[in-house]
Amino acid sequence: MIENIYQPTVMRIAASRDETPDVRTLRLEFSQDRTRQEFFAAYRVGQFGLYGVPGAGESVFCVASPPTRQEFIECTFRRVGRVTSALQDREVGQTVTFRGPYGTHFPIDSWRGRNLLFVAGGIALPPLRSVIWNILDRRDEFGRIAIVYGARTVADLVYKHELAEWAARPDVQLVTTVDPGGQTPDWTGKIGFVPTVLKELAPCRDNCVALVCGPPIMIKFSLPVLTELGFTPDNIYTTLENRMKCGVGKCGRCNVGSLYVCKDGPVFTVRQVLAMPQADL
Amino acid sequence: MKVLEARKIGELAAALSGAGWRVLLPIEDGNVVRLAPWSPGAAVRTDVVPVNSLKDALFPPSEAIGRFGLDGNDFTVKEAPVDSARTVALCVRACDTAALGLLDTIFNWDFPDAFYNARRSAVTIVSLVCTSADEQCFCTSVGGRPDATVGADAVLRPAEAGAKLIFEPLTDKGRALVSAATALLADVADATVVADKPAEVPQLFDRPAVTKWLGANFDSPLWQDWSLACLGCGACAFACPTCHCFDIQDETTRSRCVRYRNWDACALSLFTQHAGGHNPRADQAARRRQRLMHKLSYIPERFALVGCVGCGRCERACPAGLGIVEICQAIEEIQKVPAR
Repeated sequence: MIENIYQPTVMRIAASRDETPDVRTLRLEFSQDRTRQEFFAAYRVGQFGLYGVPGAGESVFCVASPPTRQEFIECTFRRVGRVTSALQDREVGQTVTFRGPYGTHFPIDSWRGRNLLFVAGGIALPPLRSVIWNILDRRDEFGRIAIVYGARTVADLVYKHELAEWAARPDVQLVTTVDPGGQTPDWTGKIGFVPTVLKELAPCRDNCVALVCGPPIMIKFSLPVLTELGFTPDNIYTTLENRMKCGVGKCGRCNVGSLYVCKDGPVFTVRQVLAMPQADL
Repeated sequence: MKVLEARKIGELAAALSGAGWRVLLPIEDGNVVRLAPWSPGAAVRTDVVPVNSLKDALFPPSEAIGRFGLDGNDFTVKEAPVDSARTVALCVRACDTAALGLLDTIFNWDFPDAFYNARRSAVTIVSLVCTSADEQCFCTSVGGRPDATVGADAVLRPAEAGAKLIFEPLTDKGRALVSAATALLADVADATVVADKPAEVPQLFDRPAVTKWLGANFDSPLWQDWSLACLGCGACAFACPTCHCFDIQDETTRSRCVRYRNWDACALSLFTQHAGGHNPRADQAARRRQRLMHKLSYIPERFALVGCVGCGRCERACPAGLGIVEICQAIEEIQKVPAR
């Protein structure tokens, strides 16, 4: 008798934090220690899971917390539909379902000694946040760290308390920006679109790996800047966030060309992304 | 050799049913013939290709893959039972058994699917050699044959103009049927009954050449032309023996939730629609292209299989009369034009 791959495990909401008016982070604890151990034995940074509420269904998000913190997992997501509303309507102490980890991960062990550049826009910081904390929890193994993070408005920046923490660290270069018009009177960060700010900053070009996550328009205009800065499609990484149902290579929904985002991704190099049929992205 | 009187196929079903098998046969129901559970009095029709394929028996249109008990804001995860009832599918077409190669692969790579595998291992497949083909049949164009036995546990070969069926077991599962049907399967000396000639199914296009063209022509403007008549109804996918895409939806009452997987189709506009509004395949041309590409380019590339078995059901089911053959033939015509 083989196990039911669609049967989720039960997680308890240990904490809940509103990042923006419609984005929330849930901290989830495993209901059994054995399940927790199994998860962390498998989990590598960049992988995703399916989070759900029985009756509403399941949705795919990255695991936004690093494998270096093994008491819980966190997910950060916007309230946009039935499942995300049901998840946000759950209170601390109540339970949700989880399946995972699934998919590929960022090959951070092959980046030891290298400099890292993170470029993120809006709600796309969560998949990089897990990498950032993973790297910071193993700080000695890596070189310089630069983070460029932008959002439409100040209110749309997620993890504001962590941005402050990273900004205060001498071993992290953090630049935050908001789109023109999105600033508040007390805003001290940059004003401008992420690609523009990235070009001005021109951070760590040598021996560097870039991780880019954001809306397609941000990625589109950031790639030429990164190319100018000397990055090749092999050392720029991103994650694809296609619609999925099963997460395990069966339901056919996330296919791009002959690839399954759930199995061949979600982490891809830009070289891999450029080889995909672009109109299907 | 074992020979069955063709008119006694219902008696064979009755004998197997009596021995504990759930029996599937092509059965006339209203105006259509469906591969469906046999019951006494059912009108068995082996002269046409059933509208549905063997896929339905292994991967049904809707099935429970999860169960939860609900109590206010609390829930409990319950077991979702698999269906492992011993089943025999009689008179299955060669194209349907050919489709199992892909289904077996998809439902087992990395993550074995308990629901599919329970049904798959419980089924005994008795194929029926096709002695006639209709205008939509094109198995020979995609590597199949009307008398292919790959994937079958036993085969029935029509003889004496269809009056008799030669029963030839191919596996232990197939041989296990014999003891349950001894009275119906007459032993005759070999070669005293000669099988009818299999259907002649002309090869309509060069499949490897089509696959090659597809690999290089994702951006062809022809996809627009080829999709103009597509209504986006998904009938092709639902009739297809290899289409396996599904949706997952919950149904709840106050006290319980059943999580179903339901067939889905890349022809439908919501299939890839993101919650945030973006749709990677925003128009019907992109969706029709996906169907063709998946079957004849991506699956060959990824699994070294062909995603189409040439059963012709998509064209028979399509309200607009669209099929795979016309596109493949058009592709072949394009390639005949010398490059300028």
